[in-house]
Amino acid sequence: MPAEGKTIENADLLKAFQERIDRDEKIEPKDWMPDAYRQTLIRQISQHAHSEVIGMLPEGNWIPRAPSLRRKAALIAKVQDEAGHGLYLYSAAETLGIDRETLYQQLLAGKAKYSSIFNYPTLTWADIGAVGWLVDGAAIMNQVMLTRTSYGPYARAMVRICKEESFHQRQGYEILLTLVRGSEEQKAMAQDALDRWWWPSLMMFGPNDAESVHSAQSMAWRIKRKSNDELRQQFVDATVPQAEVLGLQIPDADLKWNEDRGHYDFGEIDWNEFWSVVHGNGPCNRERMAAYQDAHANGAWVREAAMAYAEKRQMRKNETTGKIDLQVA
Amino acid sequence: MQSSLSPNHALFEFALFMGDNGLICGHRLSEWTGHGPALEQDIAITNISLDLIGQATSWLNLAGEVEGKGRSADDLAYFRSDRQYRNFLLTEQPNGDWAMTIVRQFLFDCFHFEMLQALLNSQDERVVAIAAKSIKEVVYHLRYNSEWMIRLGDGTVESHRRMQRALKEQWRFLGELYEDQELDQVLAESGISVLPSSLKQAAFSRMRGVLKEATLKEPAAVTDFKGSGRKGIHSEHLGHLLAVMQSVQRAYPGQEW
Repeated sequence: MPAEGKTIENADLLKAFQERIDRDEKIEPKDWMPDAYRQTLIRQISQHAHSEVIGMLPEGNWIPRAPSLRRKAALIAKVQDEAGHGLYLYSAAETLGIDRETLYQQLLAGKAKYSSIFNYPTLTWADIGAVGWLVDGAAIMNQVMLTRTSYGPYARAMVRICKEESFHQRQGYEILLTLVRGSEEQKAMAQDALDRWWWPSLMMFGPNDAESVHSAQSMAWRIKRKSNDELRQQFVDATVPQAEVLGLQIPDADLKWNEDRGHYDFGEIDWNEFWSVVHGNGPCNRERMAAYQDAHANGAWVREAAMAYAEKRQMRKNETTGKIDLQVA
Repeated sequence: MQSSLSPNHALFEFALFMGDNGLICGHRLSEWTGHGPALEQDIAITNISLDLIGQATSWLNLAGEVEGKGRSADDLAYFRSDRQYRNFLLTEQPNGDWAMTIVRQFLFDCFHFEMLQALLNSQDERVVAIAAKSIKEVVYHLRYNSEWMIRLGDGTVESHRRMQRALKEQWRFLGELYEDQELDQVLAESGISVLPSSLKQAAFSRMRGVLKEATLKEPAAVTDFKGSGRKGIHSEHLGHLLAVMQSVQRAYPGQEW
């Protein structure tokens, strides 16, 4: 009865696994884990990594036009940080037994997703401020939570990423602060950016808890430790006072402080827009994927050549070593 | 040679020249951000871009200081036209494929390294300070680009073909790098800088060493066409680059950003 034995063993393992989670122990790459836990993490970490990489495109759009040398350097450094985050995250995913090229292929084939926010266009310089403030701000809410996620390599990657992200957020906010202290045109530019980025930023937390398919199991495994709606509320509560300091108007007529709840109430998200963008029909989905596919395809000969050269070198080294061995013999 | 140029004006021009080369190269390299052949190379090439933009800021600040009209590095970067830019034609050439970028940067690095090395002995301590900070970075640029020259030259048939093509394409811009201008004579006499022609032998010897290891053939000869980036006569590419780079500043002049 090997099959039955296996089931019993699995049930024990599952129970022991859940107990470790409940004791807040970190799960490490070589530990036993249920396949569904592994697959959930691969999906989530790779989606996160892809978001960092695709996220380079809307901000990279303004590197050539950054309006001062200081801003240019800061933006280049910021986008470069995102590439670095992509690298840590791909490495974290690799500890689960999947390689980077496979993950790339999933993205190229449209099987893996990235954060929908990056399917919106960056139209003015103020958008670079708004992306830093709101998009990085929303990401941080999620990422701070993930520093306590149950999978060790993911949690550790997050600690490093969070430090850089909070710097990015301050940098974005400072761009907007400079604009609102400037000319009428600059103020209008800042308001326009907030108008366009506010709702998509709220959408970054995903569907409402009742609609979220992966949430319950992820919470039980402590991959997630707060629900989508909790994080979204936390973001709104943190961001409204920041908008007030900027003297900008958040584009939501229903937004008001609720004394009883101790939170801001806010209006309903346009979920049709949300799903439309998720399903590939946002303003820039096609452009982002095309840019990514181009970069991947245009880089193929470079990667091949680098591999070929490394192999040649190794072969030459072996030949040399072989000769020496022969002499010794 | 008797010159009407004052050493101060020559230094202003020289600082613009050094700054513009850094800025235009840095700008070109930053165009790779998010489009590199691998994430690691994306990060590496933007590091070089950041170094060069940082160096450019130092040189342009020096230019503004020497000029004494209160112009900042940003004023000089964002409010000069292409006819007032002093960079080499080589630096403004489009990125093309990775081979085109690597060859362009390698050819520039060989000049840049020798020039900075010479500037460490400048009589002007401000020049020495910028050169001393820059050369540490440029040693890395030269190593990075040399390694890629070799890796791609001696990689696959396809990479070799692309590198040879890029080399042929860009070799024609080399003449300008080692040609002495009137202002170089003034700079050399006042001990601020050296004659570019004096750097040629060392730079070419380094280039040839790398080409040999990369199994690449040196193109026939540097043609008579030299280009005159230093005199503000550029290729058609620079105007487009600046139109993009300066667009926000030009549309809303006089604002803080």
